[in-house]
Amino acid sequence: MAIRILVGVKRAIDYAVKIQVKTDKTGVVTDGVKHSMNPFDEIAVEEAIRLKEKKIAQEIIAVSCGPAQCQETLRTALALGADRAIHVEVSGKDYEMLQPLAVSKLISAIAKKENVDLILLGKQAIDDDSNQTGQMVAGLLSWPQAVFASKVDIKDKQAEVVREIDGGLETIRVKLPAVITADLRLNQPRFANLPSIQKAKKKPMAKMSPKDLGVDIKPHLEYLSYEEPPKRQGGGRVSSVDELISKLKEKGLI
Amino acid sequence: MSYSLRFCLHPSILKQIRPSFSLIRWNSTTTPAEATPRKITTHYTIYPRDKDERWKDINMERYAEEYDVVIVGGGPYILFFVSVPGLSAALKLRQLSSQQNKEIRVCVVEKGSTIGAHTLSGACIELRALNELIPDWKEKGAPLTNTVTKDRFYFLTKNSAIPIPIFKGVPMYNHGNYLVRLGKLTAWLGEQAEAAGVEMYPATAASEILYHDDGSVKGIATNDVGIAKDGSPKDSFARGMELHAKYTVFAEGCHGHLAKQLYKKFDLRKNCTPQSYGIGLKEIWEVDKSKHEPGLVLHTAGWPLDANTYGGSFMYHILDNDQPLILVGYVVGLDYKNPYLNPYQEFQRFKTHPKIRPIFENGKRIAYGARALNEGGYQVSKNKIDKKYFFISSHCFFFLILLAIPKLSFPGGCLVGCSPGFLNVPKIKGTHTAMKSGMIAAETIFDLLIKSTDENKTKGIEPSDYDNRIKNSWIWKELYSVRNFRPAFNTSLGIFGGLLYGALHFVLRGKEPFTLKHEEPDHSRLKKAKDCQAIEYPKPDNVVTFDLLSSVALTNTNHDHDEPPHLTLKDDSVPTNINLPMYDGPEQRYCPAGVYEFVENDSGQRQLQINAQNCIHCKTCDIKDPTQNINWVTPQGGEGPAYNGM
Repeated sequence: MAIRILVGVKRAIDYAVKIQVKTDKTGVVTDGVKHSMNPFDEIAVEEAIRLKEKKIAQEIIAVSCGPAQCQETLRTALALGADRAIHVEVSGKDYEMLQPLAVSKLISAIAKKENVDLILLGKQAIDDDSNQTGQMVAGLLSWPQAVFASKVDIKDKQAEVVREIDGGLETIRVKLPAVITADLRLNQPRFANLPSIQKAKKKPMAKMSPKDLGVDIKPHLEYLSYEEPPKRQGGGRVSSVDELISKLKEKGLI
Repeated sequence: MSYSLRFCLHPSILKQIRPSFSLIRWNSTTTPAEATPRKITTHYTIYPRDKDERWKDINMERYAEEYDVVIVGGGPYILFFVSVPGLSAALKLRQLSSQQNKEIRVCVVEKGSTIGAHTLSGACIELRALNELIPDWKEKGAPLTNTVTKDRFYFLTKNSAIPIPIFKGVPMYNHGNYLVRLGKLTAWLGEQAEAAGVEMYPATAASEILYHDDGSVKGIATNDVGIAKDGSPKDSFARGMELHAKYTVFAEGCHGHLAKQLYKKFDLRKNCTPQSYGIGLKEIWEVDKSKHEPGLVLHTAGWPLDANTYGGSFMYHILDNDQPLILVGYVVGLDYKNPYLNPYQEFQRFKTHPKIRPIFENGKRIAYGARALNEGGYQVSKNKIDKKYFFISSHCFFFLILLAIPKLSFPGGCLVGCSPGFLNVPKIKGTHTAMKSGMIAAETIFDLLIKSTDENKTKGIEPSDYDNRIKNSWIWKELYSVRNFRPAFNTSLGIFGGLLYGALHFVLRGKEPFTLKHEEPDHSRLKKAKDCQAIEYPKPDNVVTFDLLSSVALTNTNHDHDEPPHLTLKDDSVPTNINLPMYDGPEQRYCPAGVYEFVENDSGQRQLQINAQNCIHCKTCDIKDPTQNINWVTPQGGEGPAYNGM
């Protein structure tokens, strides 16, 4: 029985862009800045497509929560091979304050609604580095989770996942339905080529709001300020070991 | 489109992978020291794949789509040159299509990740063409809100600034014009085009021209993806797509790489002089409100360039959403002779001038970029010319600017915008002329499409009327009246000759023609290093001037580290055998992104290293390389700089 997969994608500032903090410290400059699909989400999408190619999965649904521009990200997911897309519209101030817990609630609601067997997410987004959504979705649904996956094997409604952890690699087996989050070495994503981009325009994209899903997206964290990291101080050269020791003593380090 | 191996470079990922993963160096091939030449170029345009063992079993079939018109290039590329001709042509075609009820399929391919990502310009634009194209641009929300209020021109010496009066009648008089962040205008034009039914394909590079059997243009093919740095196919290899069109319009901007092929193939430059270029570098600064005068247009000439090097600066003060910004930039003519000249450093040095420095002292630099631009003009041969003869001979060159414009159409398509080059040099504007060229191309092509026959399927028809219509339009009249401007800078009087002509032009406005012998192209103007003085540039102070690499970071440029360098060398040995010994490696100085570096290898010899990832697609190297050994080709689509409203 082929499974159905829900893949979450986030539209984040492209990783190659130099981030600029707004002068009033309320956020970073996003207007006109190049955005693209979160790199770990690309890996998640790629894994879903590979499962479909192996005939383990029968349908891939891509979901994104955010303003209208998220549709471009969803179109990319469709061009890569997803079958349908769902856009949960959250814009303006609501989007600025959209936090992982709210996103997890939205994804869980959709997963229940669509009755999926597997949720694939990127391990974290490169803008907020939260690394929470996957874990919280599993908690809300009471599903098993296999996060930081670097290898996924699915057989007989079970997933054998190799996880990257600080100590090395850990292999676990989880029963589906489950949540898996993708780490860097899971796969290398493919490119979306022009013919598939054109075909993607015809694939269905549903729009809904958090209210439609019965989810309250109110924030629980307040952002106090955004600041640039402190400028690097220049180093100084010392001419001998004695000078090094005296300088370290000066700084109170030894 | 991002590729997972590049993530290695992102700081949050770097922390993760360091213990278990060795970083792949993103430099070019590092083979151990061996006999020259070291292999630098691996691109298939130099090493064809049909002769390459590794490509034996790869399926090279391409999917094809049919269009009425394919336009290569979505918007402006060049400093000063608002060449939004690609988009204006597309929009005009759709306007005509809906007006006259004939359905035509138009698409625009653009190598930047979004429309506007590769756009860079001053810009102070004349709205003549936009008013014709979209008369209700204001209601439609075009980002044009800053009008010019003041016009100033200074001649700079090391310590002072001599004001030169600008008044009505002089081409540089700017009242009535708009200051704009061209990238934003381009993005807006892209939206208008999409709403009108143009199919937009950003992040798609046109890498190859396709020909019918009879040699006419059939369309273009988009870039292949998934080729490794050494030229072999990766698992993710996928062929590009073929876009066939009845007419292909090339709007690649200054010195487009496909246009270069077209010039050769159809001999379009047969009856014209070589094109003359400049490099324009630009920064955007957020400055103190006290130093800011919205609507001020300032141009300078003179210091830090010497009397015989063409160039100068621009500074435009605009208010963008209440942010006081200054768009500042510097242009250096690429016909400069001293190989030690570094245009980036001249720009930084310019900002240290006592009259300029205070403006930027408490400001914040928020953007940087660079691009080559056409100058259309032409150079006088190096004779001593006294004033009287100068007067006469300057009129001799009246053909010269016009002569630099090549034939514009060929079987199957035509060139618009900065590709051929319609810059009005003294006005320092090319937007309106380039846009108009796009519109004229659209009109010509539409008229041909209406009466199209099946002939189009097997051979490309030449829209030859396009050339005639350009000559009959206000573009030609305008360029004719300023034909002598650029040549006037190139007498032995140098910049003083130019300024003198500027004053004379007020009265002259065009006399009879004499033809003059052809001058050499920019790349052959470079003198040998031993005959020139090295230039000592001041170190960056990190307040007003900055080092090159932190500037490049602001362009947000990126390329897949595992793809063949798109800066291809016809002969890998030329940099070490010719460029370095004879010219001291000018490429390490004129590239505004630090792509070319001469590094010492293990045996102490200096060799060229190409950091293709830094490239910001300015095309200067393709123009200025003394032996024309560098051939810029497109990398994968969606790569290159990601300018934000430049």
